[in-house]
Amino acid sequence: MGKLERISPCAGLLPVSIGGLTVSEIDVGQITSVTPFEGAARAAIDRAIGLPFPAPGQTTGDAGHRLVWMGQGEGFLLGAVPDPNLGAYAAVVDQSDAWAVVALTGAGGADVLARLVPVDMRLRAFPVGATVRSQLGHMNASITRTEEDTFMIAVFRSMAVTLVHELTTALEAVAARG
Amino acid sequence: MRVSEKGLGAQIGFRFDGVAYTGRAGDTVASALLANGVRLMGRSFKYHRPRGVFSAGSEEPNALVTIGTGARSEPNVRATVQEIYEGLEVRSQSAWPSLKFDVMAVNDLAAPFLGAGFYYKTFMWPKAFWEKLYEPVIRRAAGLGSLSGQHNADTYDRAFAFCDLLVVGSGPAGLMAATVAADAGLDVILCDEDTAMGGRLLAEIEDIGGGTAADWAAAQVARLAAMPNVRLMTRTTVTGAYDGGVYGALERVTHHVPRSAAPLECFWRITARRAVLCAGALERPIAFENNDRPGIMMAGAVRAYLNRWGVTAGKLVAVFGNNDDAHRTARDLHAAGVAVAALIDSRADAEVGDVPYPVHLGAQVCGSSGRLGLTGIKVRQGDAQIDIAADCLAVSGGWNPTVHLTCHMNGRPAWREDIAAFVPVPDMVPGLEAAGACNGAFSTAACLAEGAAAASRAVEALGGEATAPALPEAEDRAYRLSPLWAVAGKGRAWLDFQNDVSVKDVKQAAVENFRSVEHMKRYTTQGMATDQGKNSNVGALAVLADATGRGIPETGTTTFRPPYSPIAIAALGAGAQGKGFAPQRFTTSHQQTIEMGAPMIEAGLWYRPSYFPRAGETTWRQSCDREVGYVRQTVGVCDVSTLGKIDIQGPDAGKLLDFVYTGMFSTLKVGRVRYGLMLREDGTVMDDGTCARMGPEHFVMTTTTAAAGEVMRHLEFVTQALHPDWAVAFTSVTEQWAQFAVAGPKSLELLNGVLDTPVDNDSWPFMACGEVGVMGVAGRLFRISFSGEHAYEVAVPARYGAALFAELVRRAEAKEGGAYGMEALNVLRIEKGHITHSEIHGRVTAFDVCMERMVSDKKDCIGKVMAARDGLVDPMRERLVGLRPVGAVKQLSAGAHIFETGAAHVHANDQGYVTSVCYSPDMGTMIGLGFVKNGPARMGERMIVRDHVRDLTVEVEICSPVFVDPEGGRLRG
Amino acid sequence: MRINCPLCGERDRREFYYKGAAVALARPGRDAGAQAWDEYVHLRENPAGKTHDLWQHEAGCGAWIVVVRNTVTHEVYETALAADVKRSMGA
Repeated sequence: MGKLERISPCAGLLPVSIGGLTVSEIDVGQITSVTPFEGAARAAIDRAIGLPFPAPGQTTGDAGHRLVWMGQGEGFLLGAVPDPNLGAYAAVVDQSDAWAVVALTGAGGADVLARLVPVDMRLRAFPVGATVRSQLGHMNASITRTEEDTFMIAVFRSMAVTLVHELTTALEAVAARG
Repeated sequence: MRVSEKGLGAQIGFRFDGVAYTGRAGDTVASALLANGVRLMGRSFKYHRPRGVFSAGSEEPNALVTIGTGARSEPNVRATVQEIYEGLEVRSQSAWPSLKFDVMAVNDLAAPFLGAGFYYKTFMWPKAFWEKLYEPVIRRAAGLGSLSGQHNADTYDRAFAFCDLLVVGSGPAGLMAATVAADAGLDVILCDEDTAMGGRLLAEIEDIGGGTAADWAAAQVARLAAMPNVRLMTRTTVTGAYDGGVYGALERVTHHVPRSAAPLECFWRITARRAVLCAGALERPIAFENNDRPGIMMAGAVRAYLNRWGVTAGKLVAVFGNNDDAHRTARDLHAAGVAVAALIDSRADAEVGDVPYPVHLGAQVCGSSGRLGLTGIKVRQGDAQIDIAADCLAVSGGWNPTVHLTCHMNGRPAWREDIAAFVPVPDMVPGLEAAGACNGAFSTAACLAEGAAAASRAVEALGGEATAPALPEAEDRAYRLSPLWAVAGKGRAWLDFQNDVSVKDVKQAAVENFRSVEHMKRYTTQGMATDQGKNSNVGALAVLADATGRGIPETGTTTFRPPYSPIAIAALGAGAQGKGFAPQRFTTSHQQTIEMGAPMIEAGLWYRPSYFPRAGETTWRQSCDREVGYVRQTVGVCDVSTLGKIDIQGPDAGKLLDFVYTGMFSTLKVGRVRYGLMLREDGTVMDDGTCARMGPEHFVMTTTTAAAGEVMRHLEFVTQALHPDWAVAFTSVTEQWAQFAVAGPKSLELLNGVLDTPVDNDSWPFMACGEVGVMGVAGRLFRISFSGEHAYEVAVPARYGAALFAELVRRAEAKEGGAYGMEALNVLRIEKGHITHSEIHGRVTAFDVCMERMVSDKKDCIGKVMAARDGLVDPMRERLVGLRPVGAVKQLSAGAHIFETGAAHVHANDQGYVTSVCYSPDMGTMIGLGFVKNGPARMGERMIVRDHVRDLTVEVEICSPVFVDPEGGRLRG
Repeated sequence: MRINCPLCGERDRREFYYKGAAVALARPGRDAGAQAWDEYVHLRENPAGKTHDLWQHEAGCGAWIVVVRNTVTHEVYETALAADVKRSMGA
């Protein structure tokens, strides 16, 4: 019996570079959805994850071991494998294949996202480490500023083509204005 | 005629109606044409009267032109806004065959018959003529520019912006407001619809702070531009004020340059914590007989063309006004060396001083002459009337504050007697304050002061501290006027130039009892053209007030609505055309499916294969029948990843499922799957699907593709709003798993070829589930069937989906099976009587689909109480049945209605309807599912299916909805 | 229109899904009787003024939110997590 080939969500679509900005697919490693149960001990959860559970709009940790707030009660652990004991306190679900994750890198990323996201993405309003659940075009998205000039953007895997289309269109619109 | 070259840019060539002209960089089409002595720029909408440019701004009613050619041509562009660029093609509109000789001007001769209400009165009868005759003829005769009829080749952009303070307008008030706010550290956006910042300061000869007003403005703008917390947006019209501090703004990005890669326009949605409106004021005309000849213009516009563009609108200019401001036009013209024919002021007591041109006080212009352009005016002073030669008349009836934005949230402005104008009332738009001329403060000094004060208040409201700036010395003359709306006379005196509404029309409306200003507007079409009556509405309602004997405040204004100036639909919809319209969701098998030639159909946002054609097949039915055969005889493979999958975990997971499903799930064994029906609280069916218990506190729910989002929202609602105390968490895993149905007698054999550990009927009986290894990958296996055959669904993490699909299809083909699409899937489920949203369409209950026994008695669930209402369990309700043609006609169609044999096919006799039909290869005929009154009790009854749309009448027999393998032996075997 | 999500802060209305009156929080018991159920499912006030609505921050954090707002002026007075409101109802 042969082996099943792996294909990443944005295979063949990226990278795209326009006007000094680049969109590239990133492999954040394992993605684990962690949703603490009602009434579960927070300290035990933080211990099991190895990071404090972030407040809404926040992330904790760093590249390779990051916990991103993903909405009401939910966080995404990126890169690290959670302690098996975590399941006693929280729903733990592998989501490694469910999301297309890309990086928008370069100066002026906020101008590009201003075409697509109805939230103020400028540095003063959305500093490094901030994350947001909002729309990107018509897609529900998770957007995190991981570095001053880098946004990590995630949408459902099935929408990878649309994600690339929307970002490309916005990049072109911004670049054409010089 | 150009009288000064001061401050102008390079020479630019452009064409108007095919004739080459030269203008200067910075010119608008209007200023460039005036510089070339062109006064006739368009024809009016209704009477095709010759018209020239009237204003110098976006309020322009007359000079509408078409620019560009072919697919890129754009009609109804205001010549006063459009900047010229090298090679620009400008064409006039509303005239045929030419601007100078327009045959439709015959309408003007027929004007006595075409007054207000003419269309309403004349084209009433016969009714059938309206669509076929009247409307097309009227549309051709009337009309602005026309669209190219080709796909719009331009691109449009949209963007969101955020700021602490939005300043609308960059005249003295706006510049001052922006400066004060920016100095206090606020994040400021300053928008102006003009090409340059400065507002009226660019058009007036006056001093600020010891230098010229224009220099002061330029210095302020330069200072603001250097500040990191300020965004300056020129060519950007703030078009609407909306709830919560949201403003719409249209930026004209590349209208002023030749074809560019950049978008033509960008529509901004600006969210501002506070806003200051510094939109200035619009000058209003005075109506008199034939006051619409090319050459008759607003006095402020004549001044603007002279002072900003060095262009005089005439060689011999008369000025007519009812206020001191008009005097400035005469003064500036004279200073520039232009001959002033006369200054006519309607006020007998106006103070003019010693001026070197004729002055007529207490006089009124009561007529004009000149066929395609003004040659002279008639002036009445007391009983005397004199003719004065002039090729331009500059008119000022005073100024109307540009209150529009303040009224966009239903506010009504207040009348101020001293300036005879409407002004904003505070807080008409929360967080928006008006300052300067739009607030009725007309002197430059007052504008500066109000702008600074409004910005200071905004800073304080946002918790900051504003330092009161030193206000520069500026013009501070009193604004004096005596209202004059229309000069008495018999001929037609025009109010709304764009829609050709005259004083007489408004009076006629009053006579016919259209006395409310809103009724008058609609009866006469006053203010309903693309300029929305910016310079004519107040005059028209003043005439109406006069005609009805009411005051202006009692008469009131019509409603100001967004947008302030026209916006192309393409700009509003920017980004949403083509692929931007909706996200496309592709399964992991998409690429191979396309390569196999499958036509795709949309299922919500998903794309799914309709069928997989084979060489030699000429109709979809051939492919479909073949694919159905795979599943019934060998094995078929279908991507079912689009079904919603929700991972549910926690101590209270069973409780949640018992509450949202009609059936009992807390008792489901680990490793087993159960079919579930979900109701809305009103008792109708919301969705159906299966739920698998993967562990003691771990379930995976599936939903239909269509209702995945709705079910997720429903679960969120139940757990947050009804039972926040439950320890349960869930998340969508639809995208995590690529899932494939493997169905048919050879499905087990096929699967065991890819499973790391083979399974059999004992270890994986019908409705079993669990974790399996699939070619070395951790996957899941569910023994469930939508086709009624021995079938499985196998899932792997999505990264392996494409590879597994290819492998499964390859193996199926080796067993004389293969991939099947939605058409075959639909046939298979209809043959088994399985419902989809064709059946559970939002109006049926569990009882209607004959699943009432699935509503457990042992517990409460969403929809349970309401589903038990008498009316919802009445046997006479339309209930699910199968339909089989038994007469000569075998064609069935979904949507057709069902009648008793012999009954007339009318609503009163309706017995039900058809929801799903297909050709069943197994039955060798078309079959259908539908709902029939008391259906289950009517098995074997012959009825008539009537489709009025397709004109089909079919005799059918009511039968069980399960056509194939009713005992279910194949499922379990 | 902007709605203040108690978790995410003020957001554009496009991110929210509208359900209807916050009456939906007060689900009657199974045996509450026909009238109570009819009122819960079907009967709604239609005030020109203050309403308590349920919205979901569907394109954001997913939270269900009780929004107190004015149907005439569109002013949003306050917002709260539906879960918190439900808990405070003591059910």
